[in-house]
Amino acid sequence: MNALTLQQDGEGWRLCLNGDWSLASIRQIDRELEALPGSMLGTLICDWSRAEHPGIGPVWLLLARLSALGAGESSSAGLRVRHEGGPPPTIDLLRNLKFYRPAAHPAPATTMPAIESAIGELGRWAVQEGAEAGAAVGFFGRIAAVLGEIFSRPRALRIPSLARHIFDTGVTAIPIVALIAFLISVVVAYLGAQQLRKFGADIFVVDLVTIGVLREMGVLLTAIIVAGRSGSAFAAEIGVMQLNDEVDALRAMGFNPMELLVVPRVLALVIALPLLTVIADAMGLAGGALLSLLELHIPPAQFTVRLHEALAPTTFWAGLVKAPVFAVLIGMVGTYRGMQVRESSRELGRLTTVAVVQSIFMVILADALFAVLFEKLDF
Amino acid sequence: MADSTPTPIVRVHGLVSRFGSQVVHDGLDLEVRPNEIFGVVGGSGSGKSVLLRTILGLRRPQGGTVELYGRDIQRLSRPERLNLVQSCGVTFQNGALISSLNIAQNIQLPLREYHPMPEEALDDLAQLNLRLVGLPPDTAAKYPAQLSGGMTKRAALARALSLEPKLLLLDEPTSGLDPISAAAFDELLLYLHAELKLTVVMITHDLDSLFRTCNRVGVIVEGRMITDTLAGMLQNTHPWIHDYFHGPRAHAAEHAAAKGAHA
Repeated sequence: MNALTLQQDGEGWRLCLNGDWSLASIRQIDRELEALPGSMLGTLICDWSRAEHPGIGPVWLLLARLSALGAGESSSAGLRVRHEGGPPPTIDLLRNLKFYRPAAHPAPATTMPAIESAIGELGRWAVQEGAEAGAAVGFFGRIAAVLGEIFSRPRALRIPSLARHIFDTGVTAIPIVALIAFLISVVVAYLGAQQLRKFGADIFVVDLVTIGVLREMGVLLTAIIVAGRSGSAFAAEIGVMQLNDEVDALRAMGFNPMELLVVPRVLALVIALPLLTVIADAMGLAGGALLSLLELHIPPAQFTVRLHEALAPTTFWAGLVKAPVFAVLIGMVGTYRGMQVRESSRELGRLTTVAVVQSIFMVILADALFAVLFEKLDF
Repeated sequence: MADSTPTPIVRVHGLVSRFGSQVVHDGLDLEVRPNEIFGVVGGSGSGKSVLLRTILGLRRPQGGTVELYGRDIQRLSRPERLNLVQSCGVTFQNGALISSLNIAQNIQLPLREYHPMPEEALDDLAQLNLRLVGLPPDTAAKYPAQLSGGMTKRAALARALSLEPKLLLLDEPTSGLDPISAAAFDELLLYLHAELKLTVVMITHDLDSLFRTCNRVGVIVEGRMITDTLAGMLQNTHPWIHDYFHGPRAHAAEHAAAKGAHA
């Protein structure tokens, strides 16, 4: 059944509204309204006697359509509208609200020539990245300022908060870090064993595993796991606090959010990451030793002897010294992105992702720089 | 009408709500009749919002039943539940607008889901709902974070009204509004209530609003609900209820309401 039937009625028009006029029929009603002819003049009588359950939405669309067709209630209007047959009581309310249709969706901006827009895009990007880099340096500076303050005002170091974050980022990460370090070093030792066996150089698997784990893999794996775990947690925690105005509340109470939120997290990582690295190193060596025993029949005693021959005194430290640097990178990126969250939950998700991706990237970049540096220093 | 006792729109029977060892509701009964504005008051932490969430089925109670339109909400199939959800409009205390959508999109969200229609019609309806709650048209393109507290409340009400519900559940709708807006909101509520045959359950601490709009009031004390007309509540001798309705603020509101009624 049609929701509308339009008849010519003497001098004017008669619009019968039939059947269900609730929100559930709005699609059909809208379609039929759009099909009304634009050339009506005289009096238009809306007959509501056969409309059922008129909802405010459909009635609103009707009024909107009629007003678009030039309808009015004054006698000067080209199309005078009268409602008959028990119009819905809401019609007065709706008429008083005055129909308003916002300007059509803005047309897409006129397309610029490809090269100019590309240059413009590049320029905007450069300016944005420049500002971002400046803000990041400022953030680092503010962390340093709080660290400096700790010497003159020891209370600026929030011990309970620091302890909680060491627990969250360090202690609870032990199982996963240990497991992954163990498994990866088993895999590396296995690959090495297969290749080195061809040359009868089985024993060098020990060199491969120990140097690989202690110099690079132990610390790098740990940092990547921690970036995934804690980098995201930092960004999300601080981000939600931003959305709830908690950070502003802290500021308003005279606290420095850097001191309360950022520094404890970064410091906690600086303490926890080296310790986790030691655990990862130990588990990695254990994995190597186990595989050497099972696959190459090198007993643990012999593994240990070879291990001492293979290692320079600095090998262990060459890995461990990188841990605090990675920790600062991860902690800073995570907290910085968290502090950037504004306004919406979508921002929170985006910046948490950015925090993880960026901190992993920074860790790997820093690791590469360390490799070059140690090579030059012969460390 | 009270004698013929029409089927209550909302009926809560023997509701028990506990959080750990803390008992919030202990055998709470509530009946909301069709086409009334029912005010829920109670001290902070007396479980007003918990009651609202339980009525909506967002929280499973530890005991008791909740019926909407005579149907137990715990025993509904998914389609029945969807139907029921569409006939309840809700506003939460802090608005709960989806922060990644602008206001028009927030209002259109349920419409788009349940009544697909062309974009232009959606825009028209968004404007209608904005108008209904007295927000300027350009609010449509704004995001929740750009709105003031009062505007957020109105936008939330606009979203609650978008499906043209028969039952409106409002959690502190006038808190945070300036007195003029709050009064306008009361009038709007009365108008919608009269014209759209809305049933309203409203949690409020706004005594002006309570005196102006509510037919009956439920007070949550000691985990139970005491229900009465406003006039009855004023006679109630329970200490908390007496303090609530006879405090300095209550008197001012009462006088204002009496004046308004005579004018």
